Amino acid sequence: MRVLGIETSCDETGVALFDTERGLVADALYSQIAMHADYGGVVPELASRDHTRKLLPLIEDVLNDAGMTRAELDGIAYTAGPGLVGALMVGASTAHGLARALNIPVLGVHHMEGHLLAPMLEDEPPAFPFVALLVSGGHTQLVEVRGLGDYELLGESVDDAAGEAFDKAAKMLGLEYPGGPNVARLAEQGDPTRFRFPRPMTDRPGLDFSFSGLKTHMLTAVRSLREAGQLDDQARADVARAFEEAVVDTLVIKCRRALDATGLKRLVVAGGVSANTRLRERLAVETGKRGAKAFYPRGRFCTDNGAMIAYVGAQRLVAGERDDSAMRAVPRWPLDQLAPAGSASA
Amino acid sequence: MPTLLALDASSSACSAALLCRRDGHDDQLLARFVQAPREHTRRLMPMIDELLDEAGLTLADMDALAYGHGPGSFTGLRIAAGVAQGLAFGLEIPLIGVSTLEALALAGHRRLHLRHVMPVIDARMGELYTAAYRCHAGELTRLADEALVSPERLTLPAGHEEADWVGVGSGWEQWEALPVTVQAGVSQHLPDMQPAAEDMVLLAAQALASGGGEAPHLAQPVYLRDQVAWQKSR
Repeated sequence: MRVLGIETSCDETGVALFDTERGLVADALYSQIAMHADYGGVVPELASRDHTRKLLPLIEDVLNDAGMTRAELDGIAYTAGPGLVGALMVGASTAHGLARALNIPVLGVHHMEGHLLAPMLEDEPPAFPFVALLVSGGHTQLVEVRGLGDYELLGESVDDAAGEAFDKAAKMLGLEYPGGPNVARLAEQGDPTRFRFPRPMTDRPGLDFSFSGLKTHMLTAVRSLREAGQLDDQARADVARAFEEAVVDTLVIKCRRALDATGLKRLVVAGGVSANTRLRERLAVETGKRGAKAFYPRGRFCTDNGAMIAYVGAQRLVAGERDDSAMRAVPRWPLDQLAPAGSASA
Repeated sequence: MPTLLALDASSSACSAALLCRRDGHDDQLLARFVQAPREHTRRLMPMIDELLDEAGLTLADMDALAYGHGPGSFTGLRIAAGVAQGLAFGLEIPLIGVSTLEALALAGHRRLHLRHVMPVIDARMGELYTAAYRCHAGELTRLADEALVSPERLTLPAGHEEADWVGVGSGWEQWEALPVTVQAGVSQHLPDMQPAAEDMVLLAAQALASGGGEAPHLAQPVYLRDQVAWQKSR
Protein backbone atom coordinates (compact mmCIF):
# COMPACT_ATOMS: atom_id res chain seq x y z
CA MET A 1 0.00 0.00 0.00
CA ARG A 2 1.40 3.39 -1.07
CA VAL A 3 0.45 6.08 1.42
CA LEU A 4 0.97 9.82 1.09
CA GLY A 5 1.62 11.49 4.47
CA ILE A 6 0.82 15.16 5.12
CA GLU A 7 2.01 17.13 8.16
CA THR A 8 0.86 20.73 8.78
CA SER A 9 0.36 20.90 12.55
CA CYS A 10 2.72 23.79 13.27
CA ASP A 11 5.43 25.61 11.31
CA GLU A 12 6.72 22.89 8.98
CA THR A 13 4.96 21.61 5.88
CA GLY A 14 5.94 17.96 5.48
CA VAL A 15 4.97 15.46 2.79
CA ALA A 16 6.21 11.90 2.28
CA LEU A 17 5.39 8.68 0.54
CA PHE A 18 5.58 5.40 2.46
CA ASP A 19 5.13 2.05 0.73
CA THR A 20 4.36 -0.90 3.00
CA GLU A 21 6.38 -3.09 0.59
CA ARG A 22 9.36 -0.81 -0.02
CA GLY A 23 9.46 1.45 3.04
CA LEU A 24 9.97 5.19 2.78
CA VAL A 25 10.09 6.17 -0.89
CA ALA A 26 10.32 9.97 -0.80
CA ASP A 27 9.94 12.87 1.56
CA ALA A 28 10.00 16.65 1.37
CA LEU A 29 9.85 19.40 3.95
CA TYR A 30 9.38 23.13 3.91
CA SER A 31 10.29 24.92 7.13
CA GLN A 32 8.76 28.30 7.96
CA ILE A 33 11.27 28.99 10.74
CA ALA A 34 12.88 31.93 8.94
CA MET A 35 9.50 33.63 8.46
CA HIS A 36 8.46 33.27 12.12
CA ALA A 37 11.91 34.33 13.40
CA ASP A 38 10.98 37.94 12.58
CA TYR A 39 8.15 37.69 15.11
CA GLY A 40 10.05 35.82 17.84
CA GLY A 41 7.77 32.76 17.62
CA VAL A 42 5.19 30.98 15.48
CA VAL A 43 2.35 33.24 14.26
CA PRO A 44 -0.57 30.82 13.70
CA GLU A 45 -2.28 32.80 10.91
CA LEU A 46 0.95 33.17 8.95
CA ALA A 47 1.72 29.47 9.46
CA SER A 48 -1.68 28.49 8.04
CA ARG A 49 -1.30 30.78 5.03
CA ASP A 50 2.09 29.35 4.25
CA HIS A 51 0.86 25.73 4.47
CA THR A 52 -1.82 26.57 1.88
CA ARG A 53 0.87 27.99 -0.42
CA LYS A 54 3.37 25.17 -0.04
CA LEU A 55 1.40 21.94 0.34
CA LEU A 56 0.46 21.08 -3.28
CA PRO A 57 3.93 21.90 -4.68
CA LEU A 58 5.46 19.63 -2.01
CA ILE A 59 3.05 16.81 -2.88
CA GLU A 60 4.05 17.22 -6.51
CA ASP A 61 7.76 17.12 -5.57
CA VAL A 62 7.30 13.93 -3.57
CA LEU A 63 5.41 12.20 -6.39
CA ASN A 64 8.11 13.27 -8.85
CA ASP A 65 10.89 12.02 -6.56
CA ALA A 66 9.06 8.72 -6.19
CA GLY A 67 8.53 8.50 -9.95
CA MET A 68 4.82 7.97 -9.36
CA THR A 69 1.59 9.47 -10.61
CA ARG A 70 -1.16 10.59 -8.25
CA ALA A 71 -3.36 7.76 -9.56
CA GLU A 72 -0.88 5.25 -8.09
CA LEU A 73 -1.57 6.37 -4.50
CA ASP A 74 -3.53 3.89 -2.37
CA GLY A 75 -4.22 6.04 0.68
CA ILE A 76 -3.62 9.40 2.32
CA ALA A 77 -2.72 10.14 5.94
CA TYR A 78 -2.63 13.60 7.50
CA THR A 79 -1.95 15.00 10.94
CA ALA A 80 -5.34 15.51 12.62
CA GLY A 81 -3.82 16.80 15.87
CA PRO A 82 -2.64 17.93 18.28
CA GLY A 83 -1.44 21.26 16.91
CA LEU A 84 -2.56 24.68 15.71
CA VAL A 85 -6.15 24.24 14.59
CA GLY A 86 -5.94 26.52 11.55
CA ALA A 87 -2.75 24.88 10.38
CA LEU A 88 -4.15 21.37 10.90
CA MET A 89 -7.19 22.34 8.85
CA VAL A 90 -5.04 22.96 5.75
CA GLY A 91 -3.67 19.42 5.76
CA ALA A 92 -7.03 17.88 6.66
CA SER A 93 -9.00 19.64 3.91
CA THR A 94 -6.40 19.06 1.20
CA ALA A 95 -6.05 15.39 2.18
CA HIS A 96 -9.82 14.87 2.06
CA GLY A 97 -10.15 16.65 -1.29
CA LEU A 98 -7.33 14.67 -2.87
CA ALA A 99 -8.54 11.34 -1.46
CA ARG A 100 -12.07 12.00 -2.74
CA ALA A 101 -10.74 12.85 -6.21
CA LEU A 102 -8.64 9.67 -6.33
CA ASN A 103 -11.34 7.59 -4.63
CA ILE A 104 -8.93 6.23 -2.01
CA PRO A 105 -9.17 6.06 1.80
CA VAL A 106 -7.98 8.95 3.98
CA LEU A 107 -7.10 8.96 7.68
CA GLY A 108 -6.25 11.64 10.23
CA VAL A 109 -3.47 10.48 12.55
CA HIS A 110 -1.96 11.62 15.84
CA HIS A 111 1.10 13.84 15.50
CA MET A 112 2.78 12.50 18.64
CA GLU A 113 2.23 8.90 17.57
CA GLY A 114 4.18 9.91 14.48
CA HIS A 115 7.07 11.10 16.65
CA LEU A 116 6.91 7.97 18.84
CA LEU A 117 7.22 5.70 15.83
CA ALA A 118 9.60 7.81 13.70
CA PRO A 119 12.54 5.50 14.65
CA MET A 120 10.67 2.71 12.83
CA LEU A 121 11.77 4.38 9.59
CA GLU A 122 15.43 3.62 10.38
CA ASP A 123 17.43 0.57 9.32
CA GLU A 124 17.59 -0.75 12.89
CA PRO A 125 14.19 0.03 14.36
CA PRO A 126 13.56 -0.59 18.06
CA ALA A 127 11.42 -3.63 18.91
CA PHE A 128 8.33 -3.16 21.07
CA PRO A 129 8.03 -2.52 23.98
CA PHE A 130 10.15 0.59 24.67
CA VAL A 131 10.19 3.82 26.63
CA ALA A 132 9.97 7.00 24.57
CA LEU A 133 11.03 10.49 25.56
CA LEU A 134 9.27 13.05 23.36
CA VAL A 135 10.97 16.34 23.85
CA SER A 136 10.24 19.35 21.65
CA GLY A 137 9.05 22.96 21.71
CA GLY A 138 5.50 21.79 22.35
CA HIS A 139 5.92 18.60 24.38
CA THR A 140 7.95 16.92 27.08
CA GLN A 141 6.55 13.44 27.68
CA LEU A 142 7.71 10.01 28.78
CA VAL A 143 5.61 7.26 27.24
CA GLU A 144 5.65 3.49 27.57
CA VAL A 145 5.09 2.08 24.09
CA ARG A 146 3.87 -1.53 24.19
CA GLY A 147 2.86 -1.68 20.55
CA LEU A 148 1.29 0.47 17.85
CA GLY A 149 -1.55 2.34 19.51
CA ASP A 150 -0.82 0.90 22.95
CA TYR A 151 0.65 3.79 24.93
CA GLU A 152 0.82 4.73 28.54
CA LEU A 153 1.77 8.25 29.52
CA LEU A 154 4.36 7.88 32.29
CA GLY A 155 4.97 11.57 32.87
CA GLU A 156 4.89 14.96 31.21
CA SER A 157 5.69 18.60 31.79
CA VAL A 158 3.26 20.33 34.11
CA ASP A 159 4.15 23.70 32.56
CA ASP A 160 6.62 24.65 29.79
CA ALA A 161 7.98 22.10 27.34
CA ALA A 162 11.76 21.68 27.40
CA GLY A 163 12.14 23.19 23.93
CA GLU A 164 9.99 26.13 24.95
CA ALA A 165 12.29 26.68 27.95
CA PHE A 166 15.26 26.69 25.56
CA ASP A 167 13.52 29.27 23.37
CA LYS A 168 12.78 31.52 26.35
CA ALA A 169 16.32 31.17 27.66
CA ALA A 170 17.59 32.17 24.22
CA LYS A 171 15.47 35.30 24.30
CA MET A 172 16.92 36.29 27.70
CA LEU A 173 20.41 35.86 26.29
CA GLY A 174 19.54 37.94 23.22
CA LEU A 175 19.71 34.96 20.86
CA GLU A 176 17.52 34.46 17.80
CA TYR A 177 14.48 32.16 17.53
CA PRO A 178 14.51 29.15 17.48
CA GLY A 179 16.58 29.20 20.63
CA GLY A 180 17.52 25.60 21.31
CA PRO A 181 20.42 25.16 18.88
CA ASN A 182 21.68 28.71 19.62
CA VAL A 183 21.73 28.17 23.40
CA ALA A 184 23.52 24.84 22.89
CA ARG A 185 26.14 26.49 20.66
CA LEU A 186 26.78 29.25 23.19
CA ALA A 187 26.90 26.71 26.04
CA GLU A 188 29.83 24.94 24.37
CA GLN A 189 32.02 27.92 25.38
CA GLY A 190 30.63 27.95 28.91
CA ASP A 191 32.19 26.88 32.17
CA PRO A 192 29.96 24.15 33.68
CA THR A 193 31.16 24.85 37.22
CA ARG A 194 30.53 28.60 37.48
CA PHE A 195 26.74 28.46 38.01
CA ARG A 196 24.50 25.67 39.12
CA PHE A 197 20.77 25.78 38.30
CA PRO A 198 18.19 23.57 40.08
CA ARG A 199 17.00 20.23 38.64
CA PRO A 200 13.25 20.76 38.99
CA MET A 201 11.09 17.95 40.39
CA THR A 202 13.99 15.50 40.68
CA ASP A 203 14.01 15.66 44.49
CA ARG A 204 10.77 13.71 44.70
CA PRO A 205 9.52 10.51 43.07
CA GLY A 206 7.58 10.68 39.81
CA LEU A 207 8.13 11.18 36.12
CA ASP A 208 6.61 14.62 35.58
CA PHE A 209 8.67 17.61 34.51
CA SER A 210 8.55 21.32 35.24
CA PHE A 211 10.65 23.87 33.40
CA SER A 212 9.05 27.20 34.23
CA GLY A 213 10.98 27.61 37.52
CA LEU A 214 14.22 27.12 35.64
CA LYS A 215 13.23 30.00 33.40
CA THR A 216 12.74 32.25 36.44
CA HIS A 217 16.10 31.14 37.82
CA MET A 218 17.70 32.00 34.51
CA LEU A 219 16.07 35.44 34.46
CA THR A 220 17.35 36.21 37.96
CA ALA A 221 20.88 35.10 37.09
CA VAL A 222 20.98 37.19 33.89
CA ARG A 223 19.54 40.23 35.65
CA SER A 224 21.96 40.19 38.57
CA LEU A 225 24.94 39.77 36.21
CA ARG A 226 23.70 42.69 34.14
CA GLU A 227 23.18 44.90 37.19
CA ALA A 228 26.71 44.08 38.37
CA GLY A 229 28.00 45.01 34.91
CA GLN A 230 29.32 41.48 34.49
CA LEU A 231 27.16 40.16 31.65
CA ASP A 232 30.01 39.75 29.18
CA ASP A 233 30.26 37.07 26.48
CA GLN A 234 31.85 34.58 28.87
CA ALA A 235 29.16 35.10 31.51
CA ARG A 236 26.41 34.56 28.91
CA ALA A 237 28.09 31.34 27.79
CA ASP A 238 28.42 30.21 31.41
CA VAL A 239 24.74 30.88 32.10
CA ALA A 240 23.76 29.06 28.88
CA ARG A 241 25.89 26.11 29.98
CA ALA A 242 24.31 26.00 33.44
CA PHE A 243 20.86 26.15 31.90
CA GLU A 244 21.56 23.39 29.39
CA GLU A 245 23.12 21.20 32.08
CA ALA A 246 20.04 21.60 34.27
CA VAL A 247 17.60 20.70 31.47
CA VAL A 248 19.67 17.78 30.22
CA ASP A 249 20.32 16.45 33.71
CA THR A 250 16.62 16.60 34.52
CA LEU A 251 15.69 14.74 31.32
CA VAL A 252 18.35 12.09 31.96
CA ILE A 253 17.26 11.53 35.58
CA LYS A 254 13.64 11.02 34.50
CA CYS A 255 14.62 8.68 31.65
CA ARG A 256 16.61 6.60 34.12
CA ARG A 257 13.61 6.44 36.43
CA ALA A 258 11.29 5.50 33.56
CA LEU A 259 13.57 2.64 32.51
CA ASP A 260 13.73 1.49 36.15
CA ALA A 261 9.99 1.71 36.62
CA THR A 262 9.15 -0.25 33.47
CA GLY A 263 12.13 -2.62 33.50
CA LEU A 264 12.59 -1.90 29.77
CA LYS A 265 15.94 -1.75 28.02
CA ARG A 266 15.10 0.32 24.96
CA LEU A 267 14.77 4.10 25.01
CA VAL A 268 13.50 6.06 22.00
CA VAL A 269 14.23 9.79 22.02
CA ALA A 270 12.39 12.01 19.56
CA GLY A 271 11.36 15.63 19.06
CA GLY A 272 13.46 18.70 18.26
CA VAL A 273 15.42 18.71 21.54
CA SER A 274 16.60 15.13 20.86
CA ALA A 275 19.11 16.70 18.46
CA ASN A 276 20.91 18.21 21.49
CA THR A 277 24.45 16.79 21.61
CA ARG A 278 24.85 16.98 25.41
CA LEU A 279 21.60 15.07 25.88
CA ARG A 280 22.74 12.34 23.50
CA GLU A 281 26.15 12.03 25.20
CA ARG A 282 24.60 11.76 28.65
CA LEU A 283 21.96 9.25 27.55
CA ALA A 284 24.62 7.12 25.82
CA VAL A 285 26.49 6.87 29.15
CA GLU A 286 23.32 6.23 31.11
CA THR A 287 21.94 3.50 28.82
CA GLY A 288 25.40 1.95 28.49
CA LYS A 289 25.66 1.57 32.25
CA ARG A 290 22.51 -0.54 32.37
CA GLY A 291 22.89 -2.55 29.16
CA ALA A 292 20.13 -0.58 27.54
CA LYS A 293 20.09 1.11 24.13
CA ALA A 294 18.94 4.53 22.94
CA PHE A 295 17.29 4.92 19.52
CA TYR A 296 16.98 8.18 17.61
CA PRO A 297 15.26 8.98 14.34
CA ARG A 298 17.64 10.45 11.74
CA GLY A 299 18.14 14.20 12.17
CA ARG A 300 15.42 15.48 9.89
CA PHE A 301 12.84 13.08 11.36
CA CYS A 302 13.51 14.33 14.91
CA THR A 303 11.50 17.44 14.12
CA ASP A 304 8.11 17.58 12.40
CA ASN A 305 7.98 15.71 9.10
CA GLY A 306 5.63 13.97 6.69
CA ALA A 307 7.45 10.61 6.80
CA MET A 308 6.32 9.73 10.33
CA ILE A 309 2.72 10.60 9.40
CA ALA A 310 2.89 8.48 6.23
CA TYR A 311 4.32 5.59 8.31
CA VAL A 312 1.68 5.70 11.06
CA GLY A 313 -1.08 6.26 8.50
CA ALA A 314 0.06 3.26 6.47
CA GLN A 315 -0.03 0.96 9.54
CA ARG A 316 -3.55 2.06 10.39
CA LEU A 317 -4.92 2.25 6.84
CA VAL A 318 -3.70 -1.30 6.17
CA ALA A 319 -5.67 -2.37 9.25
CA GLY A 320 -8.80 -0.88 7.68
CA GLU A 321 -9.06 2.39 9.60
CA ARG A 322 -10.32 5.43 7.69
CA ASP A 323 -12.07 8.76 8.18
CA ASP A 324 -15.69 9.23 7.22
CA SER A 325 -16.49 12.33 5.15
CA ALA A 326 -15.58 14.74 7.97
CA MET A 327 -12.14 16.38 7.98
CA ARG A 328 -10.59 16.27 11.42
CA ALA A 329 -8.57 18.96 13.19
CA VAL A 330 -8.17 18.26 16.91
CA PRO A 331 -5.98 20.86 18.64
CA ARG A 332 -5.84 18.95 21.95
CA TRP A 333 -5.77 15.17 21.78
CA PRO A 334 -4.25 13.09 24.61
CA LEU A 335 -1.97 10.35 23.32
CA ASP A 336 -3.42 7.69 25.60
CA GLN A 337 -6.82 8.01 23.89
CA LEU A 338 -5.37 6.13 20.95
CA ALA A 339 -6.14 2.47 20.36
CA PRO A 340 -4.22 -0.26 18.50
CA ALA A 341 -4.54 -0.25 14.72
CA GLY A 342 -7.84 -1.55 13.41
CA SER A 343 -9.74 -1.23 16.68
CA ALA A 344 -12.02 1.72 17.24
CA SER A 345 -10.16 4.59 18.88
CA ALA A 346 -11.76 6.83 21.46
CA MET B 1 -20.02 23.11 -22.70
CA PRO B 2 -18.42 22.79 -19.36
CA THR B 3 -19.40 21.00 -16.19
CA LEU B 4 -18.23 22.78 -13.05
CA LEU B 5 -18.41 22.31 -9.30
CA ALA B 6 -18.06 25.23 -6.88
CA LEU B 7 -17.80 25.29 -3.11
CA ASP B 8 -17.76 28.02 -0.50
CA ALA B 9 -17.00 28.20 3.22
CA SER B 10 -16.17 31.90 3.44
CA SER B 11 -18.96 32.82 5.89
CA SER B 12 -21.09 31.09 8.52
CA ALA B 13 -22.84 29.42 5.58
CA CYS B 14 -21.58 26.39 3.72
CA SER B 15 -22.54 25.91 0.08
CA ALA B 16 -21.82 23.91 -3.05
CA ALA B 17 -23.17 24.10 -6.59
CA LEU B 18 -22.93 22.13 -9.79
CA LEU B 19 -23.38 23.63 -13.26
CA CYS B 20 -23.86 21.42 -16.29
CA ARG B 21 -23.98 23.39 -19.52
CA ARG B 22 -24.50 21.43 -22.73
CA ASP B 23 -25.23 22.60 -26.26
CA GLY B 24 -28.91 22.23 -27.15
CA HIS B 25 -29.90 21.81 -23.52
CA ASP B 26 -30.94 24.21 -20.79
CA ASP B 27 -28.32 24.85 -18.15
CA GLN B 28 -28.60 22.47 -15.24
CA LEU B 29 -27.78 24.34 -12.03
CA LEU B 30 -27.98 22.44 -8.75
CA ALA B 31 -27.10 24.00 -5.43
CA ARG B 32 -26.98 23.38 -1.70
CA PHE B 33 -26.75 26.12 0.94
CA VAL B 34 -26.93 25.71 4.73
CA GLN B 35 -26.13 27.86 7.72
CA ALA B 36 -23.42 25.81 9.41
CA PRO B 37 -21.15 27.86 11.64
CA ARG B 38 -18.00 25.87 12.50
CA GLU B 39 -19.38 22.82 10.68
CA HIS B 40 -17.88 23.30 7.24
CA THR B 41 -15.46 20.43 7.78
CA ARG B 42 -18.30 17.95 8.12
CA ARG B 43 -20.90 19.47 5.79
CA LEU B 44 -18.88 20.15 2.66
CA MET B 45 -18.09 16.62 1.41
CA PRO B 46 -21.60 15.14 1.83
CA MET B 47 -22.97 18.21 0.05
CA ILE B 48 -20.72 17.57 -2.95
CA ASP B 49 -21.78 13.90 -3.02
CA GLU B 50 -25.47 14.87 -2.91
CA LEU B 51 -25.09 17.20 -5.88
CA LEU B 52 -23.23 14.61 -7.93
CA ASP B 53 -25.87 11.99 -7.11
CA GLU B 54 -28.70 14.30 -8.05
CA ALA B 55 -27.05 15.22 -11.35
CA GLY B 56 -26.10 11.62 -12.07
CA LEU B 57 -22.49 12.68 -12.54
CA THR B 58 -19.14 11.77 -11.00
CA LEU B 59 -16.15 13.95 -10.20
CA ALA B 60 -14.49 12.58 -13.34
CA ASP B 61 -17.10 14.48 -15.39
CA MET B 62 -15.92 17.86 -14.07
CA ASP B 63 -14.08 20.22 -16.44
CA ALA B 64 -13.05 22.63 -13.72
CA LEU B 65 -13.51 23.39 -10.05
CA ALA B 66 -14.17 26.67 -8.30
CA TYR B 67 -14.21 28.00 -4.75
CA GLY B 68 -14.92 31.21 -2.92
CA HIS B 69 -11.38 32.58 -2.56
CA GLY B 70 -12.34 35.48 -0.33
CA PRO B 71 -12.41 37.82 1.31
CA GLY B 72 -14.05 36.16 4.30
CA SER B 73 -13.30 33.97 7.32
CA PHE B 74 -9.59 33.05 7.02
CA THR B 75 -10.09 29.49 8.24
CA GLY B 76 -13.17 29.03 6.05
CA LEU B 77 -11.30 30.25 2.97
CA ARG B 78 -8.55 27.74 3.66
CA ILE B 79 -10.97 24.85 4.20
CA ALA B 80 -12.61 25.52 0.83
CA ALA B 81 -9.19 26.12 -0.77
CA GLY B 82 -7.82 22.86 0.64
CA VAL B 83 -10.76 20.74 -0.50
CA ALA B 84 -10.92 22.44 -3.92
CA GLN B 85 -7.15 22.26 -4.44
CA GLY B 86 -7.04 18.62 -3.35
CA LEU B 87 -9.92 17.73 -5.66
CA ALA B 88 -8.60 19.68 -8.65
CA PHE B 89 -5.05 18.38 -8.17
CA GLY B 90 -6.34 14.79 -7.94
CA LEU B 91 -8.60 15.20 -10.98
CA GLU B 92 -5.92 17.10 -12.90
CA ILE B 93 -8.30 19.90 -13.86
CA PRO B 94 -8.04 23.70 -13.50
CA LEU B 95 -9.18 25.55 -10.41
CA ILE B 96 -10.88 28.94 -10.43
CA GLY B 97 -10.88 31.21 -7.38
CA VAL B 98 -14.02 33.36 -7.27
CA SER B 99 -14.38 36.61 -5.35
CA THR B 100 -16.95 36.40 -2.55
CA LEU B 101 -17.74 40.10 -3.11
CA GLU B 102 -18.43 39.47 -6.80
CA ALA B 103 -20.58 36.46 -5.89
CA LEU B 104 -22.62 38.68 -3.56
CA ALA B 105 -23.10 41.25 -6.32
CA LEU B 106 -24.26 38.57 -8.73
CA ALA B 107 -26.65 37.23 -6.10
CA GLY B 108 -28.24 40.69 -5.81
CA HIS B 109 -28.46 40.94 -9.59
CA ARG B 110 -29.87 37.46 -10.23
CA ARG B 111 -32.37 37.37 -7.41
CA LEU B 112 -33.44 41.00 -7.12
CA HIS B 113 -32.50 42.30 -10.58
CA LEU B 114 -30.27 44.96 -9.05
CA ARG B 115 -28.14 47.07 -11.41
CA HIS B 116 -25.68 48.74 -9.04
CA VAL B 117 -24.58 46.59 -6.15
CA MET B 118 -22.18 47.38 -3.32
CA PRO B 119 -21.23 44.15 -1.55
CA VAL B 120 -19.81 44.72 1.93
CA ILE B 121 -18.66 41.89 4.20
CA ASP B 122 -17.94 42.24 7.92
CA ALA B 123 -14.15 41.82 8.27
CA ARG B 124 -14.23 41.81 12.11
CA MET B 125 -11.81 43.96 14.11
CA GLY B 126 -13.91 47.01 13.20
CA GLU B 127 -13.33 46.79 9.46
CA LEU B 128 -15.19 45.92 6.26
CA TYR B 129 -14.37 44.23 2.95
CA THR B 130 -15.94 46.09 0.06
CA ALA B 131 -16.21 46.56 -3.71
CA ALA B 132 -18.85 47.87 -6.15
CA TYR B 133 -20.28 46.45 -9.38
CA ARG B 134 -22.51 47.46 -12.24
CA CYS B 135 -24.57 44.46 -13.33
CA HIS B 136 -26.22 43.94 -16.71
CA ALA B 137 -27.67 40.75 -18.21
CA GLY B 138 -25.65 38.52 -15.92
CA GLU B 139 -22.40 40.38 -16.62
CA LEU B 140 -20.59 42.27 -13.86
CA THR B 141 -18.32 45.29 -14.24
CA ARG B 142 -16.29 46.24 -11.21
CA LEU B 143 -16.47 49.98 -10.48
CA ALA B 144 -14.44 50.00 -7.26
CA ASP B 145 -11.53 47.73 -6.33
CA GLU B 146 -11.82 45.25 -3.50
CA ALA B 147 -10.63 46.91 -0.31
CA LEU B 148 -10.42 46.63 3.46
CA VAL B 149 -11.75 49.81 5.12
CA SER B 150 -13.08 51.01 8.44
CA PRO B 151 -16.87 51.74 8.39
CA GLU B 152 -16.39 55.51 8.60
CA ARG B 153 -14.15 55.41 5.50
CA LEU B 154 -16.57 53.51 3.28
CA THR B 155 -17.36 55.51 0.10
CA LEU B 156 -19.57 55.18 -2.95
CA PRO B 157 -17.50 54.35 -6.06
CA ALA B 158 -15.85 57.51 -7.41
CA GLY B 159 -17.58 58.88 -10.49
CA HIS B 160 -20.65 56.69 -9.96
CA GLU B 161 -22.11 58.30 -6.84
CA GLU B 162 -25.38 59.16 -8.59
CA ALA B 163 -26.35 55.58 -9.47
CA ASP B 164 -29.09 53.77 -7.57
CA TRP B 165 -26.88 51.73 -5.22
CA VAL B 166 -28.07 48.78 -3.19
CA GLY B 167 -25.93 47.33 -0.41
CA VAL B 168 -25.69 43.57 0.12
CA GLY B 169 -23.78 41.52 2.67
CA SER B 170 -23.06 41.25 6.38
CA GLY B 171 -21.06 44.49 6.46
CA TRP B 172 -24.27 46.52 6.16
CA GLU B 173 -25.10 45.58 9.74
CA GLN B 174 -22.69 48.44 10.52
CA TRP B 175 -25.18 50.89 8.95
CA GLU B 176 -25.14 53.26 11.92
CA ALA B 177 -21.36 53.65 11.67
CA LEU B 178 -21.34 54.46 7.92
CA PRO B 179 -20.83 58.00 6.56
CA VAL B 180 -24.05 59.92 5.73
CA THR B 181 -22.95 60.17 2.09
CA VAL B 182 -23.09 56.37 1.86
CA GLN B 183 -26.38 56.17 3.76
CA ALA B 184 -27.87 58.81 1.44
CA GLY B 185 -26.58 57.13 -1.73
CA VAL B 186 -27.85 53.64 -0.95
CA SER B 187 -31.55 53.08 -1.57
CA GLN B 188 -31.68 49.85 0.42
CA HIS B 189 -29.30 47.51 2.21
CA LEU B 190 -29.65 43.75 2.65
CA PRO B 191 -27.29 42.57 5.37
CA ASP B 192 -28.68 39.00 5.42
CA MET B 193 -27.34 38.12 1.98
CA GLN B 194 -24.30 35.81 2.04
CA PRO B 195 -21.90 34.59 -0.64
CA ALA B 196 -23.11 31.34 -2.22
CA ALA B 197 -21.53 28.69 -4.42
CA GLU B 198 -24.55 28.95 -6.74
CA ASP B 199 -23.40 32.39 -7.91
CA MET B 200 -19.74 31.37 -7.87
CA VAL B 201 -20.26 28.48 -10.26
CA LEU B 202 -21.81 30.89 -12.80
CA LEU B 203 -18.94 33.36 -12.42
CA ALA B 204 -16.47 30.49 -12.75
CA ALA B 205 -18.15 29.34 -15.98
CA GLN B 206 -17.74 32.87 -17.38
CA ALA B 207 -14.09 32.91 -16.31
CA LEU B 208 -13.46 29.50 -17.85
CA ALA B 209 -15.10 30.57 -21.13
CA SER B 210 -12.72 33.52 -21.34
CA GLY B 211 -9.62 31.44 -20.73
CA GLY B 212 -9.58 31.54 -16.91
CA GLY B 213 -8.63 28.65 -14.64
CA GLU B 214 -5.27 27.98 -13.05
CA ALA B 215 -3.12 25.14 -11.84
CA PRO B 216 -4.68 24.29 -8.44
CA HIS B 217 -1.74 25.48 -6.32
CA LEU B 218 -1.92 28.94 -7.92
CA ALA B 219 -5.56 29.51 -6.93
CA GLN B 220 -4.74 30.91 -3.49
CA PRO B 221 -7.12 32.58 -1.03
CA VAL B 222 -7.43 36.37 -1.27
CA TYR B 223 -7.47 37.61 2.31
CA LEU B 224 -7.31 41.41 1.70
CA ARG B 225 -6.19 41.76 5.32
CA ASP B 226 -2.49 41.04 5.26
CA GLN B 227 -1.46 42.75 8.49
CA VAL B 228 -2.03 39.81 10.84
CA ALA B 229 1.14 39.92 12.95
CA TRP B 230 3.52 42.51 14.19
CA GLN B 231 7.28 42.11 14.06
CA LYS B 232 8.99 42.20 17.42
CA SER B 233 10.72 45.45 18.28
CA ARG B 234 14.44 45.04 18.24
